[in-house]
Amino acid sequence: MASKKIEGALKPAAKGRGGVRVSHHKNTCTLEVVRMPAPERVILPMQQHIGAPCIPTVKVGDEVKIGDVVGDTDAFVSAPIHATVSGKVVAVGPVKVADGSMIPAVTIESDGKMTDADFKVPKVNSREDFLKAVRASGLVGLGGAGFPTHVKLAFKEDAGVDTLIINAAECEPFITVDHRECIDNSWDVLSGIYTVKEILGFKNVFIAIEDNKCDAFEILQKIASNNADWDDSVKLVILKSRYPQGAEKVLIESVTGKRVPPGKLPSDVGVVVMNVASISFLGRYLKTGKPLVSRSLTVDGSAIKEPKNLRVPIGTEVSKIIEFCGGFSSEPYKIISGGPMMGIALCDIDVPILKSNNAILAFSKDQVRIKKERDCIRCGRCAEACPLNLMPSKIEIRAALGDAEGCEALHATTCMECGSCAYACPSGKPLVQHMRLAKAVILANAVNREESEK
Amino acid sequence: MELKNKLTVNASPHVGSADTTTGIMLDVIIALIPAGIASVFIFGARTLAVIAVAVITAVLAEFLSRKAMKREQTIGDLSAAVTGLLLAYNLPSNMPLWQVALGSIIAIVVVKQMFGGIGQNFVNPALLARIVLMSAFPGRMSAATFAGLNKIGWDIDAVTGATPMGLISLESGLSSDAPSLIEMFLGTTSGCLGEVSAIALLIGGLYLIIRKVISPIIPVAYIGTVALISIIAFKGDFNAMIYEVLGGGLIIGAFFMATDYTTSPITKSGKWIYAIGAGLITCIIRLFGSLPEGVSFSIIIMNIFTPHIESLTAPKPFGYVKPEKKKKEKKAKEKEEAKS
Repeated sequence: MASKKIEGALKPAAKGRGGVRVSHHKNTCTLEVVRMPAPERVILPMQQHIGAPCIPTVKVGDEVKIGDVVGDTDAFVSAPIHATVSGKVVAVGPVKVADGSMIPAVTIESDGKMTDADFKVPKVNSREDFLKAVRASGLVGLGGAGFPTHVKLAFKEDAGVDTLIINAAECEPFITVDHRECIDNSWDVLSGIYTVKEILGFKNVFIAIEDNKCDAFEILQKIASNNADWDDSVKLVILKSRYPQGAEKVLIESVTGKRVPPGKLPSDVGVVVMNVASISFLGRYLKTGKPLVSRSLTVDGSAIKEPKNLRVPIGTEVSKIIEFCGGFSSEPYKIISGGPMMGIALCDIDVPILKSNNAILAFSKDQVRIKKERDCIRCGRCAEACPLNLMPSKIEIRAALGDAEGCEALHATTCMECGSCAYACPSGKPLVQHMRLAKAVILANAVNREESEK
Repeated sequence: MELKNKLTVNASPHVGSADTTTGIMLDVIIALIPAGIASVFIFGARTLAVIAVAVITAVLAEFLSRKAMKREQTIGDLSAAVTGLLLAYNLPSNMPLWQVALGSIIAIVVVKQMFGGIGQNFVNPALLARIVLMSAFPGRMSAATFAGLNKIGWDIDAVTGATPMGLISLESGLSSDAPSLIEMFLGTTSGCLGEVSAIALLIGGLYLIIRKVISPIIPVAYIGTVALISIIAFKGDFNAMIYEVLGGGLIIGAFFMATDYTTSPITKSGKWIYAIGAGLITCIIRLFGSLPEGVSFSIIIMNIFTPHIESLTAPKPFGYVKPEKKKKEKKAKEKEEAKS
């Protein structure tokens, strides 16, 4: 889709630095999201978010309906987990998830009826009611990070947080579900935005879209301008499509010109960023009371027979999703949960979809660029590509030496693992892996220091 | 379909740019072709022999040193070929071939592989080899040749004479014997193989910038500094300034030698400092030193400064704010000191 100038859209406030030009591969952007039929069973891991894991609240043999809570905890930074099909709990115990770790989970066998529990429309009279309702919905950031939304929104009233940015940048190649969300559910997106804006008192709201998705922009603008209840305080910003435009810190700078310092949160500069699918979900939830039980994801890649945008119950196994998309067209070389820049390569496809999964990509060997790893030639492409102004090649050297202080001096912990450095590296260095190692070295050193101080 | 143990699992990202080390080196070789063709026309067919010996020896030296050190073979990345090519371009066309081969061996074995191979050498291998040859065989290296355009052939009883840089000095300005600026631009003067034709080198340099192999900062700042100082030193003599820019290997040095990844800073501000420093040293050597040209030495000296420049210009991470505590502590200390 060619980018074009559109009236009424704001220009980015800052140009930003670094990043890489990746091919978009938005092959599925014209495919409406289709609902996948109920799977035979769903596996619901008790950790689908950043924070404390949930504890199963059901036992084997229990009958559950869609939306019944199956896992919860008292911890603040957490989100409850709901049954996503109706049926019987058949197992409560550890299962393997996408990254290969074993996590306690509730497995539900579907009765095929997909009966909903009785949903109550949340009564929202105050800020507290609203945050409680958001927690009860089980919502976590649907863009990939999986941070519990109610925690993100629980900033203090007098903290000076006045700007809400809706992230519809979707800078990862292949993924088009956020784009589709803007087009297919634009009403939900906008009603979610206006409700949240009113309850939490945001003064400025920006919807940020990359310039390769202008049709989504036009639709949102049309709907907003045709609705008399909605004022024009919500503004649309068209950003240059450049990876990682949608990364939180990069996005905030592009939209507002503000920079979030290392180790600080967006709320420290008065901004909250929400993914467009999250706000759209909130728009629906506040009207129906149906918690987070399904999500949209893009299924694409050269090894997938029929690429699709799907809406699937959370906990559906990846193998079933690929089956629904006609199976493999060629032997898959790599299967990725998430986008090609930041997603996790799966070792097994019998793993469940989590709340934060936005894509399943299956690549045949010819679609994966394999560079032979060679010695660093000090070309500086990694430092140039880093949107956060780090020097990955230098961090790599310090990390390999186990030099925690050196890693810290180079601000390795600031790295968000966007993968721009490794993408740009002509020597084929797995720099993201090295950045993770650097963080581990720093952490180990801090733990050691603490212990020796004791 | 049974997929267990068949899928490739590694850290993200799962896609990459088209850039490879080999591709970058190939681009450098392509960029050096125009200057090579020009040198054949200017100095005769023997240049081909010098180039061939330098490149083949360099690649062979790399192959054998990797073999001797029992390390992974790296001749495939073409960096040894680039070093050989650059060395050849920095030698006169009538250089005895065994001396050419010796230069390549010094560049690859001593300067590059003994320090750990690609990305580890602390100075530019081709330049250091040139300096070693210059010190070892001073007569041969300074007797630059010019065969004349009509003498494209194997014989090298060419006119030997002073290099163009010997014909300009601070005291007497531009000598009347000096080649014209047009000759300097085309390269039909005496000098080393690849350094003489400014036009051919500029075409190659432009190619490297367009292909984003090099950033324009180093050549622009380097040549700019030399031009600025020259015009001041020669009291506004425009011809002398252009002469200084086109001669003495400045163009090949600025585009191809000073931009060597390994020995130049990766930070933007570091690149400026490095290039301006090289320009300053070049001018000091040219104007006040006893050597007629200072490009090789200035680049080598700045190569050695590179790690320091880089750590001084290390970028601050996105959104970095100076820790306030330290500031306050400093202020408090200063106050106390003032009081006492």
